[in-house]
Amino acid sequence: MEALLFYLFASLTLICGLLVVANPLTRNPVTSAMFLVLTIVSMAGLFVLLHAFFLAAVQVMVYAGAVIVLFLFVIMLLDIKSVEQKGFNPLSLFMGLLGLLAVGGMVIQSILRSNVGQGLKPQLEGATKELGVELFTHYVLAFEIMGVLLLVGMMGVILLSKKDLK
Amino acid sequence: MIGLEHYLIVSALLFSLGMMGVILRRNLIVIYMGLELMLNAANLALVAFSRFNNSMDGQVMVFFVITVAAAEVAVGLALIVALYRKRQSTEVADLTTLKL
Amino acid sequence: MIPDFLNDPSHWGHFLFWSAFKVMMAFAIIMPMVAYSVMLERRVSAAIQDRIGPNRVGPFGILQPMADGLKAILKEDFTPSHVRRIYFILAPAISMIPAFLTVAVIPFGSKLGNQNMVIANLNVGILYTFSIVSLGVYGIVLAGYASNSKYPFLGGIRASAQMISYEIAMGMAAVPVFMLVGDLNLGKVIAYQADGAWLVFKQPIAFVIFLVSAFAETNRLPFDMPESETELVSGYNTEYSSMKFALFFMGEYAAMISVSALMVTLFFGGWTLPFMGLNETATSLAGGILHILIFLIKIAFFMILFVWIRWMLPRFRYDQLMDLGWKRFLPLALANIIITAVILWIGHL
Repeated sequence: MEALLFYLFASLTLICGLLVVANPLTRNPVTSAMFLVLTIVSMAGLFVLLHAFFLAAVQVMVYAGAVIVLFLFVIMLLDIKSVEQKGFNPLSLFMGLLGLLAVGGMVIQSILRSNVGQGLKPQLEGATKELGVELFTHYVLAFEIMGVLLLVGMMGVILLSKKDLK
Repeated sequence: MIGLEHYLIVSALLFSLGMMGVILRRNLIVIYMGLELMLNAANLALVAFSRFNNSMDGQVMVFFVITVAAAEVAVGLALIVALYRKRQSTEVADLTTLKL
Repeated sequence: MIPDFLNDPSHWGHFLFWSAFKVMMAFAIIMPMVAYSVMLERRVSAAIQDRIGPNRVGPFGILQPMADGLKAILKEDFTPSHVRRIYFILAPAISMIPAFLTVAVIPFGSKLGNQNMVIANLNVGILYTFSIVSLGVYGIVLAGYASNSKYPFLGGIRASAQMISYEIAMGMAAVPVFMLVGDLNLGKVIAYQADGAWLVFKQPIAFVIFLVSAFAETNRLPFDMPESETELVSGYNTEYSSMKFALFFMGEYAAMISVSALMVTLFFGGWTLPFMGLNETATSLAGGILHILIFLIKIAFFMILFVWIRWMLPRFRYDQLMDLGWKRFLPLALANIIITAVILWIGHL
């Protein structure tokens, strides 16, 4: 059952991921954004299979609930038409795909060769409480820095979205 | 039985897809989505490592990555909006000079 | 949360049967509730405005929802030529689904026979709820985008800004509840309230913030800026007709029901009542049904509140709405978290 669910969610993740970046039917950014939502949600399914329940919920809440809504918001506000109709330069397309295949193939080869998962059993239960304890003890400095980062980010956004950017 | 390498391969494939988006697409917003895919691929690998190595560190790292990604998207989209105000375009081909 | 029986084929049949049964039951209860809350809305608004309201179909008009449904199905399903067709068709469905998904983790009764009356007893129940609630914005935004005309577009933009803003206040308001309970499982929240007082008495500020945010999340007056028929000619659903419009309409009421169920669970003790031993898990079939009825009556109370407020208050201005969300409720909710933390800390000393 677990294997079945894994293959279901993994294939959903990869297919939707492919449709985000290279949808053969349309270049509409809104469609890309919607497929990104599906990718995120099926990835949350993979997180659940890895017993990372808290992160699965946070993933959907932050990415699908906020980040992609922001994307949609900007696409709609700027009213971007699907202008990207001109085809790709065939040479650069070929070289790009080649490089990509090389990198992806290399990573996958090394995963398969290295026996990285040999003898490892799935054992960690990603309970929310343990994550919280870890976050507020070992990683408390990083956590505080994250807060500052968010504050800085917020100020940056407010400054950038002023009408007369000087 | 689903092992660590299964998750890692999914993660590698997703990362490649994200990179493909960054390389092939010309629209800044879609390029951003490709970046998000790459970040998510890294998240998946981290969570898988965390589960199979019985250590919470990977999950904490994912938590931080999600936070940073949220801040990054907010700032990045604000930059795109500011650029769009100057240039009326979000195509990378129209943004070849290093000034506004 | 993924019980071991998922890997044990002998239990699949049992698990699937009971899950399907509970899903069907929840669906069979919610759909008529949606229909009759529309009816309730019309009758209450009539009473408030000193009218009679629909009373022709059946005795006291109780068959009115059937007539409404029939009308919606039989009307011409008109699709304007300028819309983006795929999203135009998808949007009503997307706006309907999250409201139903939310119900999956809410315990709507104690026990019926030997089955727990909750579809999925997640240990991150509330986080699941909030992540599903945060998906609710897509239906409206896509409707605004797909309609490809002025007013729906403005409605969609307003909806996305409003719902993201109030989601934060809503989430922050719920945090003190879980600080007190010490668990994210909604069943544990109810058990905690059954042992002590209802959380509305311990966290009144959190409840008020949650309630007002719930109005904003469901796009109800006084926060119905995404629709606002007087300025945006009903906003995101302007271009919709027939059953597609009915889906938006039902989606709104389903969202109200699920958010009411959430409030009942978090602040009003869920299926419990603090007297006559109704705090205990039911042992008999009648007790189990009684608990479900108590839960439904509490939801009905909130539905009446929703309707009542809609016909009593005028609409906010958009900047006032944003002010309220970001400058009043968010700081208040954060202060509430800190105060709760300090009180808990002092209690531990």
